[in-house]
Amino acid sequence: MGKVVLVTGVARRLGGRFVRRIQRDPEVDRVVAVDVVPPEHHLGGADFVRADIRQPTIAKVLAEHSVDTVVHMDVTGTPLGSGSRTTVKETNVIGTMQLLGACQKSPTVKRLVVKSSTNVYGSAPRDPAVFTETTPPKSLPSGGFAKDTVEVEGYVRGFARRRPDVAVCVLRFANILGPHADTPLASYFSLPVLPTVLGYDPRLQFVHEDDVVEVLRLASHEPERGTLNSGTFNIAGDGVLLLSQCARRLGRPTVPLLLPAVTWVGTALRTVGMTDFSPEQLRLLTHGRVVATDQMRETLGYRPKYTTVETFADFARSRGPGLLPPEALAGAVDRIAALPRLSGGHPPTQSAN
Amino acid sequence: MADAKVIPFDDDRSRGSAVQRPSRRRGMGSRRNKGEPAAVREVQPLPGRPEAAPEEEPRTREEPAPPSRKQGDGWERRVAGGLAFLRRRLTGDYEIDDFGYDKELTDQVLMSLLRPVYEKYFRVEVKGVENIPSEGGALIVANHSGTLPLDGLMMQVAVHDNHPAGRHLRLLAADLVFMLPVVNELARKAGHTLACAEDAERLLERGELVGVMPEGFKGIGKPFGERYKLQRFGRGGFVSTALRQGTPIIPCSIVGAEEIYPMIGNAKTLARLLGFPYFPITPTFPWLGPLGAVPLPTKWTIQFGEPIATSGYPPEAAEDPMLMFNLTDQVREQIQHTLYKLLVQRRSVFF
Repeated sequence: MGKVVLVTGVARRLGGRFVRRIQRDPEVDRVVAVDVVPPEHHLGGADFVRADIRQPTIAKVLAEHSVDTVVHMDVTGTPLGSGSRTTVKETNVIGTMQLLGACQKSPTVKRLVVKSSTNVYGSAPRDPAVFTETTPPKSLPSGGFAKDTVEVEGYVRGFARRRPDVAVCVLRFANILGPHADTPLASYFSLPVLPTVLGYDPRLQFVHEDDVVEVLRLASHEPERGTLNSGTFNIAGDGVLLLSQCARRLGRPTVPLLLPAVTWVGTALRTVGMTDFSPEQLRLLTHGRVVATDQMRETLGYRPKYTTVETFADFARSRGPGLLPPEALAGAVDRIAALPRLSGGHPPTQSAN
Repeated sequence: MADAKVIPFDDDRSRGSAVQRPSRRRGMGSRRNKGEPAAVREVQPLPGRPEAAPEEEPRTREEPAPPSRKQGDGWERRVAGGLAFLRRRLTGDYEIDDFGYDKELTDQVLMSLLRPVYEKYFRVEVKGVENIPSEGGALIVANHSGTLPLDGLMMQVAVHDNHPAGRHLRLLAADLVFMLPVVNELARKAGHTLACAEDAERLLERGELVGVMPEGFKGIGKPFGERYKLQRFGRGGFVSTALRQGTPIIPCSIVGAEEIYPMIGNAKTLARLLGFPYFPITPTFPWLGPLGAVPLPTKWTIQFGEPIATSGYPPEAAEDPMLMFNLTDQVREQIQHTLYKLLVQRRSVFF
């Protein structure tokens, strides 16, 4: 008899993709997809159960389908459709509590995978430049999604203590980007002009959607030989990009603003509904965050297919050119290099690269 | 270590290298100072403007340069190189490491900005650069002084320009540096990172040359009367970091930085108000306004001492407090002795 996998948060694109992907795995018998609202995308033959993880009914779903693997993806920073921050927080925190309570009672559950975020580290100028899984944050996130993830991870640790027979895997994802990503950072990068904080150039790290799905798959199956897939892991693509580099690669001009002004602009943009400029995102865009992924490589045994740079390139392709496309700028420089007076009659071959 | 013979030899060498350096660096540097910050800054506040405008500025400044056709070839290559650099910067096509260190920007722009200060203003004389290994991790421990951390920056230039392998020094800086806007951005791009055990160990593990000034604010903000008296070396965290990685510790003594801003007073209330560890009052500083912030043109000497090996200790030695204190004292004394020696040799503060 194969595995029965329960996935929460399937109304989001990433959840939907994961459900479709994991069904193709031979060891998976059935996938139970759970969310409050029916998804707009198809789930490829998975059983959709319309249930609210904030309600105790989720325990019934677990028992009914005798689920053995739970993949909790309903920990997110943005509301689905028109929800308020309160709903998001409740789904994140109360939802996780209920789900973990249900798992604790269920005798069949053998494996739990939780999608967390590197937001748990916060970002502050007094933190080390690179976070490992064991780095304690200097200043705990005071609110918003970051605080939710800290609380969610706290409950998951409690669950792991109470049910030592269940393999628990917490995956802390860096900023997820990709052609279809609907994360707050993706909507920020879609703004025609990027407001930035004057005097700060944060380091950013990205992880590609494809890698997110693959690593969730890896975590929800039995570990491969020589690897261990229970514990806490940072998941991010190799390398780092600065915000200024991102803006130039996207071809979007930046407007450096003083910190209070950024907050104000953020509020204005939120009112218009263009993007969510939450305090923790503002902190990310001020101080940046880089995590170490040695554990992911050595213990979990996963090598991301996309580096941070490749992830961003893939994302940039899907967004179309900005106001200052890098190709145009490069072309302008090449034209200047080709001016006969400067090149002295020779073709400017050196400047090609 | 520093016998009398060393001085004329080093003098010759610094003069010799000053002759050959301009051919390589001066030209590139001076052009890029103009080109890069102008262009990069201009791209940001001019959304939607025709792209050609910002780039043309550095070009027109360039034009009077190649009238002597004999050097035309060299100039062409430099112009092409400069344009390629500009192209990479504008399109974001350059690499940074996990700490935000932008090697290209540091080499081409930041170092070129610091080099005139290093060569012409403070006329830094470097001794014992052969004590720095040409590869692998090493921890350079230096004294700290001068109200503003110019000594760290000068040490960075000294290592890069004098070392045969052109090594880059990665400095560990106080958290205040990373809280200040603009400063934090430049510090990260120049390869500096927060002075904490995690970052230091990560850098040493990757075989980088790490510079630390364990006196911290106690050293840099001490009154003028206490110049060249080493302050307490923290808790010796740098020693345990070096021990854990088995990297040598290179003591470094910097003479001359103490006198750039003679701090005769400390406005503590004002400092607390601004959130700074001290607020210096020098004979010129708050009184002459920005003019008072110009450092005095002292003559500097930076001496790298003989490395202290740490690879012979067992791994648990890093937890031994007695050994920590002993090693810390050894490093501290070596720096202090070299300081006194250099001070005796010094002819004058300014020459």
